[in-house]
Amino acid sequence: MTKLEELKTALGQQMDVSKMKFTHAVGDDVIELEKNQLIPALRFLRNHSFDFLMDVCGADYPARAKRFDVVYHLFSSKEGQRLRIKVALAEGESVPSALQVWRGADWFEREAFDMFGIIFEGHPNLKKLLTHHQFVGHPLRKDYEADHQQHCDSVQPIHFLNDENSRGDVLNENLVPLNIGPSHPAMHGTLRVMVELDGETIVRVNNEIGYLHRCFEKMAETHPYNQVIPYTDRLNYCSAPSNNVGYCKTVEKLLGVEIPARAQAMRVILMELSRVIDHIVAVGTGGVDLGALTSFFHLFTYREKVYTLFEKLCGARLTVSMTRVGGMAQDAPDGWFDDVLAFCKDMRGGVDEITKLMLDNKIFIKRTQGVCPVKSNEAIEWGYTGPMLRASGVNLDLRKLTPYYGYDGLNFDVPVGSNGDIYDRYLVRIEEMKQSLRIIEQVCKNMPGGDYTIRDKGIVLPEKKDVYGNIEGLMNHFMLVIKGLRPPVGETYDATEAPNGELGFYLVSDGSANPYRLKVRPPCFAIYQSFPHVVRGSMLADAIATVASMNVIAGELDR
Amino acid sequence: MLGTQTSDDFSRSFAFTTKLDAIVAWGRKNALWPLPYGTACCGIELMSVMGPKYDLARFGAEVVRFSPRQADLLVVAGTITEKMAPILVRIYEQMLEPKYVLSMGACASSGGFYRAYHVLQGCDKVIPVDVYVPGCPPTPEAVLDGVMLLQKMIATQQPRPWKDNWKNPHDQA
Repeated sequence: MTKLEELKTALGQQMDVSKMKFTHAVGDDVIELEKNQLIPALRFLRNHSFDFLMDVCGADYPARAKRFDVVYHLFSSKEGQRLRIKVALAEGESVPSALQVWRGADWFEREAFDMFGIIFEGHPNLKKLLTHHQFVGHPLRKDYEADHQQHCDSVQPIHFLNDENSRGDVLNENLVPLNIGPSHPAMHGTLRVMVELDGETIVRVNNEIGYLHRCFEKMAETHPYNQVIPYTDRLNYCSAPSNNVGYCKTVEKLLGVEIPARAQAMRVILMELSRVIDHIVAVGTGGVDLGALTSFFHLFTYREKVYTLFEKLCGARLTVSMTRVGGMAQDAPDGWFDDVLAFCKDMRGGVDEITKLMLDNKIFIKRTQGVCPVKSNEAIEWGYTGPMLRASGVNLDLRKLTPYYGYDGLNFDVPVGSNGDIYDRYLVRIEEMKQSLRIIEQVCKNMPGGDYTIRDKGIVLPEKKDVYGNIEGLMNHFMLVIKGLRPPVGETYDATEAPNGELGFYLVSDGSANPYRLKVRPPCFAIYQSFPHVVRGSMLADAIATVASMNVIAGELDR
Repeated sequence: MLGTQTSDDFSRSFAFTTKLDAIVAWGRKNALWPLPYGTACCGIELMSVMGPKYDLARFGAEVVRFSPRQADLLVVAGTITEKMAPILVRIYEQMLEPKYVLSMGACASSGGFYRAYHVLQGCDKVIPVDVYVPGCPPTPEAVLDGVMLLQKMIATQQPRPWKDNWKNPHDQA
């Protein structure tokens, strides 16, 4: 009996399953159901074992009578099992909000409303999330032109959301309204936080995002598969290679190909190097936001060293685009792995220094310990993943739970915090840097030989010497460029453990050369939506420290 | 000894003559105070430019100011979306004269490869830009080159019609 059949039996005892469709598609279990069954089914599944709601998104199929799909991605952290729930909706039809089951559905539903115009009944704040307030229409619908711009000439004044017992947009004249950002050093360029203060205590908060909404998902729909890779670089630009890997891994899953061992090992090195440099930015700028400039400048020396490694590998520093669907773009140059090993040795000293500089610093401890903690059950409900979740005491790491690329054969530990406060978040990140170095060293020392990519002529371009050297190579190159890489019709969801948490890609293919729909599940999106609840009642300065500790990267937040 | 010298000789030993404009320009070009308007990936590369290896301080531009009132060089580093455009204009207007704008990277200069519904196709659609630095993101060397180019513009007091003729695109009047 498969997992899906078990689930069907269990679900059948609770409700009528005759109208539900149970399928298994490209490695994922899928249940299609009608909207009136959605909430009871989600409740049941949550209690059954699916504790995480990873993603809610829309998809548009204009040719169908019911043109929209609302897609829910559930995840069981005990079994590492994933489940996709789909509800079909006609234009103007609404679906009950999953907010009553998972608080973390909040922003995901608002985004689906913004992008597709899907109405979620019972959502208290069904407002635009990513596009500006003067924007008309729903850009991810297939009938919206990708390059149809609408100009914005004003900024919304301070506004708040409807929470329980709240006054909505009405300001209290006894409190001080304060706007922070988006152009503010602590808001990392593109976040906007609005607060009402009683003295220095925060009474209520609202955070507005979308200032860096660069239409990634629409761009993906209008570009061939391999041309999407540079766009993925710019999602979480602090750790660009890990996005490349996440995306290519998803496309490869849909294609059903396994990449060679050498490519897997190279990807692991790239991902772990990017985890180190991502945490460098998180820890460094976190220090800056608390007034500690030294750690930032000091850590950037190490970041530059990794940039030099990337430059040596492919010529680019920040946005490397080193992966291709089917493997890597090229092999590493001679001696590169030795350079990586030398860096690891160097970096160990750096991590020790930073531990002393920050974690043992009296001011840093006083500013962070016990500040704005998040309990483990709350973190799960919001959809926290990655270091933020582990700081709250939940031991969940996809590299351990559902290993890929040979992580199961590597020796490393998963650091877990206990209090969920800001201090623990940095503690976990700094320890993760050490563990990443351990992984890199193991992989570099046991680098498998062989090819760096598969050689399927329908997927991977032939090498340059073949393109110029023989007619067959030339023809294959021509065919692949003209016809494009075409995965079979189908859909899949795949996730990797990115530095910030679970980076998921939901990919729908209609058999053409461009993705039909590509939804990114960015880790910091789920985390940052909890911000108003986490900082309410604390001091203003603690809110700044909290934003920094969440490591919100606008590129993946707004996409 | 002093008594035998004329006062003119004396002044020549520690003073020099110049035009007032030239010495003011010299001071301006070597004391740029940048406002890093970092919105995206270029913002991370801008950190490298400020950081220990490339060190923008060597060009007299190390005093980073996040208040537009205290800055005279606006470095637009990253994609400017339609939603961000009115804020960028407001920041630019709040800066005091003389002020300069450096557009860092493809997105800020032209929208880059985001020919998309929510991306402003170049920040020069709303504010006047003095120097464009190409790249996605540009290397720190390219940014330093852009700053040096701007310094040359300031030193030679190059006319800037794009700035003189600029009007706030969002003004209703």
